[in-house]
Amino acid sequence: MEGKKGIIFTGAIVGIIAVSLVKFGNPLNMGFCIACFIRDIAGGLGLHRAAVVQYLRPEIMGLVLGAFIMALSKKEFSSRGGSSPFIRFILGMTVMIGALMFLGCPLRMVLRLGGGDLNAIVGIAGFAVGIALGIFFLNKGFSLKRNYKLSKAEGFVFPIINILFIILLLSAPTFIFFSEKGPGSMHAPIFISLASGLIVGALAQRTRLCMVGGIRDLFLFKDTYLLSGFIAIFVFALIGNIGLGYFKIGFLGQPVAHADGIWNFLGMILCGFSSVLLGGCPMRQLILAGEGNTDSVITVIGMLVGAAFSHNFGLAASPKGPTLNGQIAVVICLIVVGFIGYFNSEILSNEHEVKGEVKVG
Amino acid sequence: MAKIDTRGMSCPQPVLMTKKGIESNPNNIDILVDNNTAKNNVSRFLKSAGYTFEVTKLDEDYLISAKK
Repeated sequence: MEGKKGIIFTGAIVGIIAVSLVKFGNPLNMGFCIACFIRDIAGGLGLHRAAVVQYLRPEIMGLVLGAFIMALSKKEFSSRGGSSPFIRFILGMTVMIGALMFLGCPLRMVLRLGGGDLNAIVGIAGFAVGIALGIFFLNKGFSLKRNYKLSKAEGFVFPIINILFIILLLSAPTFIFFSEKGPGSMHAPIFISLASGLIVGALAQRTRLCMVGGIRDLFLFKDTYLLSGFIAIFVFALIGNIGLGYFKIGFLGQPVAHADGIWNFLGMILCGFSSVLLGGCPMRQLILAGEGNTDSVITVIGMLVGAAFSHNFGLAASPKGPTLNGQIAVVICLIVVGFIGYFNSEILSNEHEVKGEVKVG
Repeated sequence: MAKIDTRGMSCPQPVLMTKKGIESNPNNIDILVDNNTAKNNVSRFLKSAGYTFEVTKLDEDYLISAKK
C-alpha cells in the first residue's frame, strides 16, 4: 500500500488540474485530453482544416517537457528505438481513430465520467474489452520486439520540437491556425496550460501513470498499482466538477460528446486494443517520448497523422454523432489491429514448430 | 537457475517474461532489466508471487536475482 501513495497523489493532482483548466477556459470535461489536443495541434499546423479544432495546445508540450526534465534529473533519460517503428506508427493512427470516434482519449474518458457523462461508462466497457483483446495476444506471445540504445541526440529531437511548438504558439505566425469558434477556441491562458502540462508530465514520469495499464495489470496480474491512479483521477475530477458546478449527470447533451452507445463502445475497443499492443495509453506515449523513447515519438506522430486523416476524411465523430466514414474506418482499423496482433504473436511460430516436429517424426 | 533478458521490451512484457520464467523455474531466477519502470514492475510482481530478491545495478541495466 505504501507504494501507491505517489500514484494516488498524481491521480488526484491530474483530476484537480483538469477541472481547474476547464475553469480557466478549456472546453468542459476537456481539462486534459491527449487525443483531442493532438488533434488540435494537427489543426493548428494546418494538417487538417476543421476550423473548430485548431490550436497548439501547450498542455502537450508541457507533458513532454515535464517528463523530459524529470527523466534527465533522475538520470532516467535514455535514447531508445527500433522496436517495430512502423507498426507503432499505424497503431498510433488506430488509437487516434478510435479515440476520435468516442471523442476522447482514455484520460478524457475518466474526466468525462467525473463530469457525470454516462457515455463514458459505455466507453470504459469498450476500453476494457479492447484491453482484454490485447491481453489475449500478449498471452500468445505478442511482442513488437526489443528496442535498442541510440545516440543521445536522437532522444533530444522530440523535446526540442516541443520547445519550437511553444515558440510558434507564443509568436503566432500567420501559417499557424487558431480556431475562432468551437472547442479549439476555448483554452486556458498559455502559461497556465503549459505549467499544468509540466507538473503532470513530471509526476506521470515518476509514477508511470497509465490509463491502459490500470485495467491491463488488473486483468493480467491482479495488480492494482496503476489502477489506483486511474481511480484517483476520477474521484478528484468528480469532487472538482461538483465543487465548481460543472457536474451534470446523464447521457444526452454532454459537452463535446455524442450518445451513440455502439460507436462509443467500438471506438474505445479500438483505442484500448491498440494501446495495449503499444504498451501504454496516449498520455504514457508522450511521457515515454519525453524520456527519449523514439518508438513512442513515432507513435505520437502516428496519432498526429491519424488525427489529420480523421478530419480530412470525415472519420471523426462530433456531438451530432459518428459519421459513416468513421464507422467504416473503425471496423477496418479493428481488423488491421487484429492482424497486427496475430502476425506479431507466437500463434504462427507455434504452428511452424508443430509442422517441424511432424517432419522430423 | 534460469536467466531472463527483458532488455528493450515494452510494458508489460518484462513482467510476462518473468511470470513465464518462474512457471518453468520456480526456485531461483535472474532477470535482467534496462529501465526503472521494468525494475519496479518486475519487483512488485515477484513480491506478490512470494519471492525474495536482490537488485544489483550493472552498468546501464539492473540484475534482479529472485529466490523462493
